[in-house]
Amino acid sequence: MAYLLAPRLLLIMGLLVVPLFVDMYWQRVLCSAGIYALLALGFDFLAEYAGLVCLGGALFIGTGGYIAGLLNHYFHLPPLLTIPIATVAGAAFSTMVLIPCLRLRGIYFAIISFMFPLFAVFIIIALNVFGGTEGISALDTFPSIWLELYLILAAVLVSLFAIRRLVNENMGIILRGVKDNDQAVRASGISITGYKTRAVFIAALLGCFGGAYLSHLYGWLGLSLFAMDFSILPIAATVMGGMGSLVGPVLGAFILTPMSEALRGFGQLRVVLYCLILIAFMVYKPEGIMNYLERKYHQFEKWEEV
Amino acid sequence: MEILIYGTVNSVIFALIAVGFTLVYGVSRVPNFAHGSIYVLVGFLTWSFVNDLNLNYALAIILSLAIASIIGLLIYRIVLIRLRGMATSEIIASFAVSLIILEGLRMQGIAGFKGFIGPFYVLKPFVEGKIELFGIFIDYQRLIIIGAGVALVTALSVFTHHTKIGLSLRAIAQDERAAMMLGVNSDRMAMIAMSIGSALAGLAAVAILPLGNISAEVGYRVLIYALAVCIIGGLGSWGGAILASFVIGFAMKISTALFGALWESVVLVGTIIVILLFRPSGLLGKQKELEERV
Repeated sequence: MAYLLAPRLLLIMGLLVVPLFVDMYWQRVLCSAGIYALLALGFDFLAEYAGLVCLGGALFIGTGGYIAGLLNHYFHLPPLLTIPIATVAGAAFSTMVLIPCLRLRGIYFAIISFMFPLFAVFIIIALNVFGGTEGISALDTFPSIWLELYLILAAVLVSLFAIRRLVNENMGIILRGVKDNDQAVRASGISITGYKTRAVFIAALLGCFGGAYLSHLYGWLGLSLFAMDFSILPIAATVMGGMGSLVGPVLGAFILTPMSEALRGFGQLRVVLYCLILIAFMVYKPEGIMNYLERKYHQFEKWEEV
Repeated sequence: MEILIYGTVNSVIFALIAVGFTLVYGVSRVPNFAHGSIYVLVGFLTWSFVNDLNLNYALAIILSLAIASIIGLLIYRIVLIRLRGMATSEIIASFAVSLIILEGLRMQGIAGFKGFIGPFYVLKPFVEGKIELFGIFIDYQRLIIIGAGVALVTALSVFTHHTKIGLSLRAIAQDERAAMMLGVNSDRMAMIAMSIGSALAGLAAVAILPLGNISAEVGYRVLIYALAVCIIGGLGSWGGAILASFVIGFAMKISTALFGALWESVVLVGTIIVILLFRPSGLLGKQKELEERV
């Protein structure tokens, strides 16, 4: 029992306790690490369990962030309302956008999903709506740092364990079937596109929550919500943490974000650095940190028995 | 008339940009997401050879093309060779390489945040001046682009259908195992494809960049255009790629004439989505349809 519980409790306690011991600046960093963790979780879920490699995490962040920010700016709804609305509506919207592409698989889906956030930027500039290139500032922020901190950490933990459970339910099994052999799933009379749509919706929920939260965190929305960072860093975190382990990406995000924050002095060179890390992990340690630790942990257990 | 001429120029630009990517991915199955970054890199190298080292323009172009093809080869040899066959990892890794190059160049001050204030990097056209054609003024550089595009596409289609290397490239795309049994070294072929593809990206860069500025953003846009052409045209088909570049080129030109320049990108997305809805495997794509798409 303790064998199973220990790592889980370690993670939960770790996430809940660490914020108590760091100063204001690093608490903010942990908040954005939480957003990246949500995105990385969604990416891992889509890539490893549904076979859809989505390079456009920024689309989810942007949609969620813009919907929450606009509701707050034009209708003066409080964050308490805008965040749930933006999460669901944003996820529905981004799923709608991605539906035509769900018939594609593997690399084709990756290519198309990579293009969407960039197009979103073009379109917002072209139509000059939603604040255009300037963005909208002075949105409502959260009343206290503790609320914003524990809101995102709770969201990360809840969605982590929810998704871990989901992938072992029937739906998870069907999704894995879709990934491995979609013709077989189709032959069993199950609609592949239907299941893919659901998987995208789930991942989009995570991303849009992160986006809505982000726009209230800084009280600002703008084109940088569609920035490349939101697409790349979660992928780096996933590769570093271990693809398919679900916990790995979260850990990876909580390692990479503070690290890139520490490198802030380098400016744009940060992207270069975390791309180098990404490539190094891909080439030399493709299994990632989490799978490695898990293997070691199981070995450790075997030694005790002996 | 203006739409016809400039639409053609636009389409040929798309074809030039996409031709390297189509060769590498459509023909030998290596998704080279570093395509756009090599395009920008060649532009930058040529610029600095000409302006910093005072080399001859033609010599600078040849040198930077050689460097581009070596870089393509190295990307495959160092990074992609270990990930061969895992499409996802190939995409992520080559995209990471592309980000390294582009963001690294941005540090050098190649436009981006510095470009709006500082001097722009501009390559000068091969031949200055313009000519009147059916009442429309068109500069020589655009005519050169059309000529280069036509020559390149013809040369490549001859290359892939009638030379040994070209045939081997297509062989590993169609059935890697059978090709290996017949003595085609698949890693070497992929390496060759990468270096040719990078050189083509560079060739497109030196032909097209004199029309605008060199900046890191251009790299992302070029990558998107190349992907769009490949997706719309259907992979592994030269005809499809050329048809797609004409579809996109004219769609964008007509929309610019009707609604204004800002609508270009909206039309581009619209075209992609409509075509994917009705023909998921692209306009002319047939190769391995069942395996790749559902």
